[in-house]
Amino acid sequence: MRGNKNFKPLILVVLFAVIVALLDSYLRHHHVAVLDAKGLIAEKERNLFYFGLGLSAIVVIPVYIMTVAIIWKYRETNKHSKKYSPDWDGSKLLEGLWWGIPCLIIFVLSIVTWNSSHALDPYKSLGSNGLDVEVVALDWKWLFIYPEQNIASVNMLEVPVNTPVNFEITSDTVMNSFWIPNLGGQIYAMPGMNTELHLMADKAGTFRGSSANISGRDFADMSFTAKAGSVSEFKDWVNQAKQSGSELSVNNYNLLSKPGAGSVNYYSSLSPGLYNHTVLKYMTQQGGTQ
Amino acid sequence: MMTPLIAGWLGKLNWQAIPTNNITRGGAVMMILAGVIAFGAITYFKKWRWLWTEWLTTTNHKRIGVMYIIVAILMLLRGLSDAMLLRAQQATSSGASHGIISSYQFQQIFSAHGTIMIFFAAMGLMFGLINLVLPQQLGARDVAFPFLNAISFWLFTAGMLLINVSLMIGEFSAAGWLAYPPLSEIKYSPGVGVDYWIWSLQIAGIGSLFSGINFMTTIFKLRAKGMSLMKMPMFAWSILGSMSLVAFAFPILTVTLTLLYLDRAFGMHFFTGDGGGNPMMYVNLIWAWGHPEVYILVLPSFGIFSEIVPTFSRKRLFGYTSMVWAIWGIVVLSFTVWLHHFFTMGAGADVNAFFGIMTMLIAIPTGVKIFNWLFTMYQGRIHLASPMIWFIGFVFLFTMGGVTGVLMAVPAIDYQVHNSLFLVAHFHTMIVSGVLFGFFAGLTYWFPKIFGFKLNERLGKYAAWCWIVGFVLAFGPLYILGLMGATRRLDHYDASLGWQQLFIVAAIGLAVIMVGVGFQILQLVYSVWKRDENRDMTGDPWNARTLEWATTSPPPEYNFAVLPEVTSRDAFWEMKKSAHKTKVHYEDIEVPSNSPLAIIIAGFAFLLGFGCVWHIWWMVILGALGIVLTVFVRTLSDDDHERVITAEEVKALEAKA
Repeated sequence: MRGNKNFKPLILVVLFAVIVALLDSYLRHHHVAVLDAKGLIAEKERNLFYFGLGLSAIVVIPVYIMTVAIIWKYRETNKHSKKYSPDWDGSKLLEGLWWGIPCLIIFVLSIVTWNSSHALDPYKSLGSNGLDVEVVALDWKWLFIYPEQNIASVNMLEVPVNTPVNFEITSDTVMNSFWIPNLGGQIYAMPGMNTELHLMADKAGTFRGSSANISGRDFADMSFTAKAGSVSEFKDWVNQAKQSGSELSVNNYNLLSKPGAGSVNYYSSLSPGLYNHTVLKYMTQQGGTQ
Repeated sequence: MMTPLIAGWLGKLNWQAIPTNNITRGGAVMMILAGVIAFGAITYFKKWRWLWTEWLTTTNHKRIGVMYIIVAILMLLRGLSDAMLLRAQQATSSGASHGIISSYQFQQIFSAHGTIMIFFAAMGLMFGLINLVLPQQLGARDVAFPFLNAISFWLFTAGMLLINVSLMIGEFSAAGWLAYPPLSEIKYSPGVGVDYWIWSLQIAGIGSLFSGINFMTTIFKLRAKGMSLMKMPMFAWSILGSMSLVAFAFPILTVTLTLLYLDRAFGMHFFTGDGGGNPMMYVNLIWAWGHPEVYILVLPSFGIFSEIVPTFSRKRLFGYTSMVWAIWGIVVLSFTVWLHHFFTMGAGADVNAFFGIMTMLIAIPTGVKIFNWLFTMYQGRIHLASPMIWFIGFVFLFTMGGVTGVLMAVPAIDYQVHNSLFLVAHFHTMIVSGVLFGFFAGLTYWFPKIFGFKLNERLGKYAAWCWIVGFVLAFGPLYILGLMGATRRLDHYDASLGWQQLFIVAAIGLAVIMVGVGFQILQLVYSVWKRDENRDMTGDPWNARTLEWATTSPPPEYNFAVLPEVTSRDAFWEMKKSAHKTKVHYEDIEVPSNSPLAIIIAGFAFLLGFGCVWHIWWMVILGALGIVLTVFVRTLSDDDHERVITAEEVKALEAKA
């Protein structure tokens, strides 16, 4: 019996090691987008994530150790003599400690929260000379309008690296959420509203973006490709789009916005004011009805 | 097929409302079959009269509590079968495979899963446990308003029936458990699904509001002599906190649902994207109810742990005053954090930071409670009974959930995990370990009090360990998937993402949980079978500390033949220590008499809801008039609301016990 008892924790340790090893191998072979930051904002947000995790460990690890130790020591079946104080029901010092220490930790975290909320405000511009992209969530695809380049694309977002990208985001359907985890956090796309997001890729690559908010039948198909490349690659891509031949006219837009999943597509020129019209039409009486 | 006249009489209802796909039909057939079997069994054993007089018309809090728990367990099983379908779908729908169900079905199922688990499983278990325990713990003979209590239960049941009828007639909402507009508006959800959602919650929600007021009044007015607020058991304090939240939060839900229905049925524009409506207003309102709702569920569970830990540690609760302050800290703060559910909606940095910091503050009182429980065990004599296994699972998982919660309270982190499976894993950690584990522990703990015999401990422990291990397997992968960029509510995903293995692990985790559920069912059946071996003859099987254990198990209808007097906390513990027997003097006891009117009111409420769903307006008017008239009948028949048990009868009953 005695040997058996000592054996039990060993099994747990081995089991734990096996799980950690499996997890480690899984994570090595897979892409963890939020932690694998390829953009300025994503990096800062990831670092914040690690910082918060570390700070929480100050409370969590003692709680776990104390739980195991207390239950182990004061379990009824523990035959070794131990103290029993059935009427001990408070201690100003101890209670002060666990009101106080969490207060301190939360105080630190509050300062970090206040600062990071401002530093990483999605509405905060990341610099001048950026690229403007207008994003429209449709049923069930993403339209990206490049007003300066006078092109548009569906489900394909191309940006140059190390260039601030200023997204203006709306929806011509229900609420969606615009998210490219490798580049940074998400923001909602809402009808009749214009939300903003500022991101910057600092490494080249092809990333997955998607809608994070349920929006109906083909919601699961609402993913898109976000590609960050050199400035010249971006220029080539714009030229390629320009040669695609079809204009994003009001007519073509209405065709595109019909419910259904979309595939990658380009428009060589834009009908002026399309984005603003899309936002504003919900403001007028019954304007959203097409 | 149908003449226009009949069609007009039935609103939008016609033969097309009968579902055609096999999964829905399967569920419907199973439910109808279960109903038919139950009906047949009751008829065969000639139990209808017994059922009607002893249960369906009862106003006794213990009976109502038992009925709540039966309904809630059935709904828990329904929610779990929804979960199995969701897990099966996501485990199989990688790449070219689109799994076993369509996206529309998938969306209906996750909407139903969330709605049923929160409103009908968790809330049902909570109200059930409060009903069973609270009056006895306060040394009272019933709740403040026994008839209102019956109305609450039957409205809850009417809402439950309505949501389940959607499986057989029509469809359910596919807009998620909180039905954000514009998706839930008539333009994007033209079916009756969202209306079923609105009316089942509306009816059950009004019942919850009544319960909140009822239990608050009970605590304020019916405490035993000498039981000042600061001598109340911690469970009662938790219920007071939770019910105050109900009283303030549920009216918000009622109004929000009404406005959404006005949009849908009468073309109004409260929350539509166009016509001057504002969906963001809905999101604010629904979370102004929704966040307190989380604490409405968690606080009672905290209360249960505050009873269990001292009992099984043979020690007084550590830091009583701290615990009370922690509860009220949580109550107040829970109304100041709702915006953290939508940091991503684009509010300014000041607003987001404020709500983020308020959210983190909640971690402080919650942490205090955990430390107080740990120090209740410190220098105690810990008996590791099955409720304590649930507690251990709770401490480990809930703390982890707290960490992920604090992380998500930082807006800049939240942007990266919001609406991902990381979020799904987080709130399941909080609700399953923080709410469900507590309720399971409470059910095991108070079971002998209600039924007179203990549940099998060994099977209970197996169940708890299966739930704990299964939970880690089912939700650990979801945290990772969220960080990999997997958003919630995906009915399929690209194979190249490599998510499938983790979804399969999660499905295995649910299977382990289901083994735990199997053990729980087995535990119940086995314990009923072997009940004579586990009878509780003392009324106090756990050597417990609070007044509910001062009665026999099960207690008489009136709980206490002589109302107890309290001089300290842990009133029963002190009584046991002093153990002086004075000569008892019995008096006549007034108990609330049975009334069929509560179930009749709920029946009319069901008609009203069903009529609103299908736009059958005569049925709506009938339902509304019926409710008003029944309330009138009740009010005018003022003389027969109580029944007297005479002192002689009490004496005879007590002698038998």
